[in-house]
Amino acid sequence: MDYSQFLVMKQEIGLLAVFLIVFLYDTFMPKRSLGALGTVSSVLFALFVAYGFCPSVFDSPVETAFSGMYATSAVIANIKTILNIGALIVMIQAMRWADQDLVRIRRGEFYELLLTTLFGMYLMISARHFLLFIIGLETASLPLAAMVAFDKHRYESREAAVKYVLTAVFSSAIFLMGLSFVYGLTGSLYFGKIATALMMGDGINALLVVALAFVISGIGFKLSLVPFHLWTADVYQGAPTPVTSYLSVISKGAAAFAFLVVLWQVFGCVYTFAWEWMLYALIILTITIGNLFAIRQRNMKRFLAFSSISQAGYIMLGVIAFNGMGMAALMYYILVYIFSNLAAFGVIGAIENNSGKVNMEDYNGLYKTNPRLAFTMMLAMFSLAGIPPFAGFFSKFFIFTSAINQGSVAIYVLVLIALINTIVSLYYYLLVVKAMFISDEESTVATFRSACSERFALWICVGGILLLGVVSCIYNHLLEISF
Amino acid sequence: MAIPLCMFLILGLLGMKMSHKLAGILGTAGMGVTLVLAYFTAFTYFFSGSPDFVSSEGQRLQYIVFNVDWLQFYDNLVIRLGFLLDPISALLLVVITTISFMVHLYSNGYMRDHHGVYEHGFQRFYAFLSLFSFSMLGLVVATNIFQMYIFWELVGASSYLLIGFYYVKPSAVSASKKAFIVTRFADLGFLIGILILSFYTGTFNFTDFTSAPVADGVYGVSLDTAQGIKNLIAGSEAPIFMGASVLTWALVLIFMGGMGKSAMLPLHIWLPDAMEGPTPVSALIHAATMVVAGVYLVARLFPLYLMEHSAMVIITVVGAVTAFYAAMVACTQIDIKRVLAFSTISQIAFMMVSLGVADPNFHEGLGYMASMFHLFTHAMFKALLFLGAGALIHAIGSNDYTEMHGLRKYMPITHVTFLIGCLAIAGIIPFSGFFSKDEILSACFGNSWIAYLWMSMVAALTAFYMFRLYFLIFWWKEHPVRQGHHTPHDQPWTMTLPLVILAAIATVAGLIPFGNFVSWNGEPYDLFGHFDWSIAAVSLLVAVVAILVAAKMYMKENPLPAKMKNAMPTLWDWCHHRFYWDELYMFITHKIIFNGICRPIAWFDRHIIDGTMDGFAYVTNKASYAIRGLQSGSIQMYVWIYLIGALALGAITAVCIL
Repeated sequence: MDYSQFLVMKQEIGLLAVFLIVFLYDTFMPKRSLGALGTVSSVLFALFVAYGFCPSVFDSPVETAFSGMYATSAVIANIKTILNIGALIVMIQAMRWADQDLVRIRRGEFYELLLTTLFGMYLMISARHFLLFIIGLETASLPLAAMVAFDKHRYESREAAVKYVLTAVFSSAIFLMGLSFVYGLTGSLYFGKIATALMMGDGINALLVVALAFVISGIGFKLSLVPFHLWTADVYQGAPTPVTSYLSVISKGAAAFAFLVVLWQVFGCVYTFAWEWMLYALIILTITIGNLFAIRQRNMKRFLAFSSISQAGYIMLGVIAFNGMGMAALMYYILVYIFSNLAAFGVIGAIENNSGKVNMEDYNGLYKTNPRLAFTMMLAMFSLAGIPPFAGFFSKFFIFTSAINQGSVAIYVLVLIALINTIVSLYYYLLVVKAMFISDEESTVATFRSACSERFALWICVGGILLLGVVSCIYNHLLEISF
Repeated sequence: MAIPLCMFLILGLLGMKMSHKLAGILGTAGMGVTLVLAYFTAFTYFFSGSPDFVSSEGQRLQYIVFNVDWLQFYDNLVIRLGFLLDPISALLLVVITTISFMVHLYSNGYMRDHHGVYEHGFQRFYAFLSLFSFSMLGLVVATNIFQMYIFWELVGASSYLLIGFYYVKPSAVSASKKAFIVTRFADLGFLIGILILSFYTGTFNFTDFTSAPVADGVYGVSLDTAQGIKNLIAGSEAPIFMGASVLTWALVLIFMGGMGKSAMLPLHIWLPDAMEGPTPVSALIHAATMVVAGVYLVARLFPLYLMEHSAMVIITVVGAVTAFYAAMVACTQIDIKRVLAFSTISQIAFMMVSLGVADPNFHEGLGYMASMFHLFTHAMFKALLFLGAGALIHAIGSNDYTEMHGLRKYMPITHVTFLIGCLAIAGIIPFSGFFSKDEILSACFGNSWIAYLWMSMVAALTAFYMFRLYFLIFWWKEHPVRQGHHTPHDQPWTMTLPLVILAAIATVAGLIPFGNFVSWNGEPYDLFGHFDWSIAAVSLLVAVVAILVAAKMYMKENPLPAKMKNAMPTLWDWCHHRFYWDELYMFITHKIIFNGICRPIAWFDRHIIDGTMDGFAYVTNKASYAIRGLQSGSIQMYVWIYLIGALALGAITAVCIL
């Protein structure tokens, strides 16, 4: 075997190096220097993020390794960098939480598990063979269950973890069953070979449709597309806030991109035959039901869970667009979504850490006691709702445009439905803003000064929300590299 | 250009935390640096002789300093932000930064009371001033019409903010709203015009409309390109709408945007009310810079306008009527800022007429050059007049000349500088206004004698009302020093220095060989070689007569003006009430539009739209209530739904497609 192939996996190796250093630091350093663990891992990881902008990675050529099981290209390297940015923000936000008494002795594990799941996502994105894909998927899922159960003394956290594990296992089983059908129909698990076989007209029949439905549902679970979403709210609510934000943003972003790769590269030739309509139905269901549930939520984390479900529906518009613009719009959407959603979770986390409050009523009159947090939350809500000139407007605009470019009348209808849903979503996002700014009630959250790390992370997010939309070269760059 | 933006951000975000003095100094210093840079840029452009700027035949070229793609929607729908340097943008750079710097400096004194206490919101004022300067600079250096539109709206917005600076005063608030709404209405036409034009030509770039490339990033004005655009549109299956071609419609609609900003009849109604803003703002925005944006716009697309004779005629007629109308009204106003406002409208109309009558076949497009020349000199002397008026208002505490009278002894510096301003605007040799106005009149003469006579009459009126104002303020009778009022006196140096500088410029600016710098196609034009002494003599004579009449009527207190007024009561009333334009608009908006259109729309909105939305909300709410059972929390149920969902998805699709 040619070991130089490993050199193609630059980012994976870099991530492993970060992981090992953190692990060794956690295991062998004296107890008193463990306090700096969060900082050390964040700084290391920040260096790794910066590495993603080196020309050799940033403009990485199209390369494959391990007889075509693994592939990398500029797009893949860039989506990984985007995920890294999100993961970095989560790590910084988590510092304060990880320093609590009950969590402190386990905080090393949090960072290690986080890096491991990220590694799994890398594999998912880069895989060009379903075996590697499954390994990536599982590596991304299982450590997450441990992270969800991190507050093991808390009943909700344990319950959430059990629900997550059971659903994840179930969905993996369905996914594998779908894959086995595909293997039976085409005789291969290589993306390229399956695509060629389908192109030749082999195995285009009802079984393929069922197989596709299973494959879609397997990844749809990670994306929490309706009706595979039911675990989401319970898990988001029960998990510790940093884990929830990680689940809702990074995990979802990685799954969305992997989904796009699988559907386009493997099943591209049966687009109109099969999956266009499946996805069509799923998008409508996801956006609408996500919105309908979000309206009723009174717990901020549950509320954001449903909002993230409907956001996943919008992201899927980029997949159904099935053109280069769709891919660029999807990546851009993920990038913007990272900043907006993490800003919201950052505020929630800061308030939870200081007062333990997570309900919407507790946000009444927040502006009077914590104006900056309230302002940040407002920006996040505006961006999530897609109000110009914040980044969220541009990401929605581009993703709608990409879908419209697909050209069929049905897609126009779909975009119209999505647009109507944005109005509904505006309602509940503004509910939060209204509670914070307009409500006359005395805030139950006392004035506090959030921790340095939390503030730093929020500044990054606010910067992203304000600037991403205006700095157009980012989107143009993504458009250039996407295929 | 980035400096004013940074200043806006700094002052806007941190202004509350810094002292008033620091904010003022910072704003002024920032503008000062911009001023130096702009002068340097203009100087380099005009005098360096680099092949990027001047072709070997001596034609001045358009040089694109940079042009970045900002938003790329499709291959041919790209919005760029860039920096275009050509004679008129270099000229405007100089004008804007000069006036803006003077105003920044002046406001240090103006925005305090007599005891040196700063006004409330002083930092905010400077932040908005910086925002305005930034937007205006962005407007003039725009490389494409869409960028211009963006900054066009930005200047509108900052003008809105500055007019409404005294936001506790209801009149200021309504004036700012009026200005914003009227100009927005005009901008709608502008936007439609842009869209029509770019739809048929597939480009936003000015250089694609009017110029031919000479080298990379360097263009020379070329009529062939404009002709090409016309042919392109005529060649495409463009519809003819109401007897006019698409190009005519586009150009007229674009001109409508210019009419709004430049306060041409009938969209002029916002400008007099805009005087509710602080006086330095009136000097900067509503006299020297923003209001000439419309002129600049037409000048920018001039070769294209040349292609459409009908559009040029519209410009000329609108300009001529406005000029006369505003001059008439200015004769009867009491508020000195209103007089200046109407005089501004009239002078801008002069520039418009001048563009409208410009014809390359006569004196190589003298009108274009005259218009730009007048833009330059007018900016200087009108800013001077406004700042002088500001000094008077600051000293007296009122806008009405009835409260002033006989101030010449108390405020000598203001007196002299104001007089210079009046002489310049009246067109007395050797002040700057004489030269530029004379060029305009020559250009009119070259086009038709009706235009010439008409504009000469307006010029006479100009001289008359300006000197009426001057005599009423500084002469008429001795100043009544009332009990409890201190004697008016000249203002601190921050306010008088700009007056003196601007007066100096207004005196000598006319001697600049302007034709060497700016002409419609960039080729130098020998102004003095074409100087027509007979026209100059006539216009000078007219102005002098008008001034003498004004002197006769207003130098000493006498009953003559009252007699005049009583002799022509109807005319006076109409002029005094600005020909009832505001009332007409009130009637149209309140009676016709509100009742005829808004009521039904409001009904539709309340019942149909709101009803639909309420229906949505009701359905959404009910649906969301009905399906809450799905989220039961039981994991068995979740998995069931998952499985059924997956199977149903497969089954339904399979049934549908097979």
